[in-house]
Amino acid sequence: MAEKLLEVKNLRTEFKRDKTWVTAVNNVSFSIQPGEILGLVGESGCGKSVTSLSVMGLLARNSKISNGEILLNGKDLLKEDKKGMRKIRGREVAMIFQEPMNSLNPCMRIEKQLTEAILLHNNFSKEEAHNRAFEVLKSVGIPEPDMTLKSYPHQLSGGMCQRVMIAMAMSCEPELLIADEPTTALDVTIQAQILELMEEIRAKKNTGILMITHDLGVVAEMCSRVVVMYAGRIVEEAPVHDLFADPKHPYTQGLIGSVPKLGSGVESLPSIPGSVPDLSVMPKGCKFAPRCKYATDICHQQEPELVSINEAGTRKCRCHLLNKSGKEA
Amino acid sequence: MSEPLLSVKNMKKTFQANGGMFSKKKLVHAVNDVSFDIYPGETFSLVGESGCGKSTTGKLIDHLIIPDSGEIWFEGKEISKLTEKEMRSLRSDIQMVFQDPYGSLNPRMKVQDLIGEPLLIHTNMSAGERLKKVHELLGTVGLSPSHGERYPHEFSGGQRQRIGIARALTVQPKLIIADEPVSALDVSIQAQVLNLLQQLQKDFNLTYLFISHDLSVVEMISDRIGVMYLGTIVETAPKKELYANPRHPYTRALLSAVPIPDPDLTKERITLKGDLPSPSNPPSGCLFHTRCPHCTEKCKTQVPTPVEIAPGHIVKCHYPELTE
Amino acid sequence: MADKNTTSTINLAAAEELPKAQSKFKEFVKKFMKRKTAVISLAFIVFIILMAIIGPYVVPYDPQAPDYTAMMQGPSAAHIWGTNEYGQDVFSRLMVGTRLSLTCALTATIIGTALGVILGLIAGFYGGIIDSLIMRCCDVLFAFPDILLAIAVVAIIGQGMVNVMIAVAVFTVPSFARIIRSATISVKQAPYVEVARSLGCSNMRILFVHIFPGTIQSMIVNFTMRVGTAILAASSLSFLGFGANVTEPDWGSMLSTGRNYLNTAPHMVLFPGILIFLTVLAFNLLGDGLRDTLDPKMN
Repeated sequence: MAEKLLEVKNLRTEFKRDKTWVTAVNNVSFSIQPGEILGLVGESGCGKSVTSLSVMGLLARNSKISNGEILLNGKDLLKEDKKGMRKIRGREVAMIFQEPMNSLNPCMRIEKQLTEAILLHNNFSKEEAHNRAFEVLKSVGIPEPDMTLKSYPHQLSGGMCQRVMIAMAMSCEPELLIADEPTTALDVTIQAQILELMEEIRAKKNTGILMITHDLGVVAEMCSRVVVMYAGRIVEEAPVHDLFADPKHPYTQGLIGSVPKLGSGVESLPSIPGSVPDLSVMPKGCKFAPRCKYATDICHQQEPELVSINEAGTRKCRCHLLNKSGKEA
Repeated sequence: MSEPLLSVKNMKKTFQANGGMFSKKKLVHAVNDVSFDIYPGETFSLVGESGCGKSTTGKLIDHLIIPDSGEIWFEGKEISKLTEKEMRSLRSDIQMVFQDPYGSLNPRMKVQDLIGEPLLIHTNMSAGERLKKVHELLGTVGLSPSHGERYPHEFSGGQRQRIGIARALTVQPKLIIADEPVSALDVSIQAQVLNLLQQLQKDFNLTYLFISHDLSVVEMISDRIGVMYLGTIVETAPKKELYANPRHPYTRALLSAVPIPDPDLTKERITLKGDLPSPSNPPSGCLFHTRCPHCTEKCKTQVPTPVEIAPGHIVKCHYPELTE
Repeated sequence: MADKNTTSTINLAAAEELPKAQSKFKEFVKKFMKRKTAVISLAFIVFIILMAIIGPYVVPYDPQAPDYTAMMQGPSAAHIWGTNEYGQDVFSRLMVGTRLSLTCALTATIIGTALGVILGLIAGFYGGIIDSLIMRCCDVLFAFPDILLAIAVVAIIGQGMVNVMIAVAVFTVPSFARIIRSATISVKQAPYVEVARSLGCSNMRILFVHIFPGTIQSMIVNFTMRVGTAILAASSLSFLGFGANVTEPDWGSMLSTGRNYLNTAPHMVLFPGILIFLTVLAFNLLGDGLRDTLDPKMN
């Protein structure tokens, strides 16, 4: 396999709720290669955002990483101190968030915010920083960079703000970009523009992108490989074509089934009954068993392992029934 | 065709946006000359991007805000000029399901009181009868009677939306206005709620006005669809017709922009340039001309009139033949 | 197949059980108990209220009985907080005086709260001219310092305990009106209020069933804080001689008479002063504690 840009090994993140520690992310491992877009899919509360914050070292005070390694170009980020992390953030890993409007400081002009990020990581003069800011804004397709630099965030539309966020993230040319639901707050036509831009950046700069989303349509369009999370665990990992053509885990099957597909003309959707379990009252055994229509005794008793299911090792799945019948449904 | 249950004619609504202390007050054209009919038993959807006026349209019909001009006919009665008091008796016929399942339930009331509230207002049922009806409805939407004793914060988003639907059903309305009822929910839960809405439509012979930004969801649930852009309906068509043969350039761009969860499907994408114009300063002529790939001089100056190009398929464009 | 799926969904969802949730009140008590200062304050207030009720029956001396053999004595075993110029026991007088001071302050605050809440609800809900009218009147009242306003009211309607209550109530109204108005405006914008309108609720029902409960929390918090101020104001008024009959024990008047003997018997000022200070502090800390517990953002 080619060199790995980011490798997360057995990550376990917990946070404190009412004096007890609950596990938000449990034993999560995945890797990203340069120039690859990896999709991290799951519903709200499945731990996908916590995973990304763990990688960035931006977890809230009441949470901790209790186990695992996060290797960026072979360097363990968990062993870095605060100062070291600050150097890495922005320079080597950058992040864009769901709410572009709320992620920008409303009281500062775009220019100030953008040059601040640039000056933090480079020995630029103000002049150089300004030019650089102008350049990156232009590169993310903002029609009048001069005007935009002088504006405040509330004067820009949501799509423009997200472009500015991407420009800010890309200003120091990081090798890894973490995008946490980057288009969820945007309209479809604007979403299409932003997705196109991200694909362009990837192709040009060979940036690895971790795309966190709940939208399977976005995944299908953007990603080359997909990791599906449920209740803090990875339940399936596969190349994007295989995942959509032949989902192995019952949760993935249900998820793909329950999304209405444009132009398919269906009038009714199969749906997954029940709702996501609360982190503090996780079921014993397989976490999906209470909602799974194939669940057997062993599913309720014992939690399955994430195992490779093809020879190349590109597909992994966490299900008991897989080994027995090979394939269900 | 039968008489429409609801008929909206040339409805307009402008809001005043606060300018600065010294600047001129801006007028936001939220809904600009909207007309459509909804027939009994069907699902009519309004689809469009944020700020296109689809939610305002819903609220105008529900009389939560009053239109500046235009008419709203419900069962052969003009309702847009009724006073709040006169409207109150009609409210049992028109009910609304709201987007935000967290905010639309009063956090200080028990679920059974929430669901029973319309009965308290519109009927003379005793407390016992109300409770019986509430329990029945809880069962209808897939919850158990014991859930009635609880408070909304103890429920998940999908369950809260079920409660909102149960509340709308209590007084046996004829029309339900569903304003983005599933957009705050996770996909697996979204499917549950959509299926429930369809089931209820069959069981209770309901008519829906379904408001959404999600074209895939709209395709699943609707019979007819109106596409809105900057406060006007640019295209109205039966579902199959609209998805198979979209004629307005905006509809085409919108449809092509939706990501489809199928990596093997490659499709041509029409990416629109630029942003949505501000509704306080709408473009002259055709509202879409600033982003339209086929824009001509005529589009910049003249407002297009709606053309019926096929039965029930109405397009507001100067050149509907261009997209054939 | 499709239909079958739909129905099965509904049935399965019915079987689904919710995680056991605690009642809101229990949760509140649990959170409140974590705030030590607030709990101590509450204990102190309960003690003071208890004294107001049973004080006259349990204090060691008759608060009105003079003892000319023991005038202006400092704290001793017989009179733990000393005696006053008539030889009356200061401790007993203070404990019995609790009843008068507290009744006065609480009644005044309750009257002021009721008026202020109603005005605030109306102003916030209806807006427009009604709002402007109510709020401008409040602004006028706000322009005067509390105690000056109270003195003015007493000066107009005459002195006496009841009038002191009215005076204190008058300056409590504007602060409540303002707080409840802003709470009303914020609750009014909640989606569930719009839902209530769409269901066909009358304005009165929306105001009292849907909006008012949402403002109770700011009301409780402000109430406890205003009680402190009211005790202080009532004491100040009696200190200035506008209050009750001087022979009746009352914190403010005790402080007032004690002032004359500040050099020879400082304890006559000290103990009433400390008690007023502690009570006001306790009410304020309780208010702080309640605010922090009730505010969901402060967890």
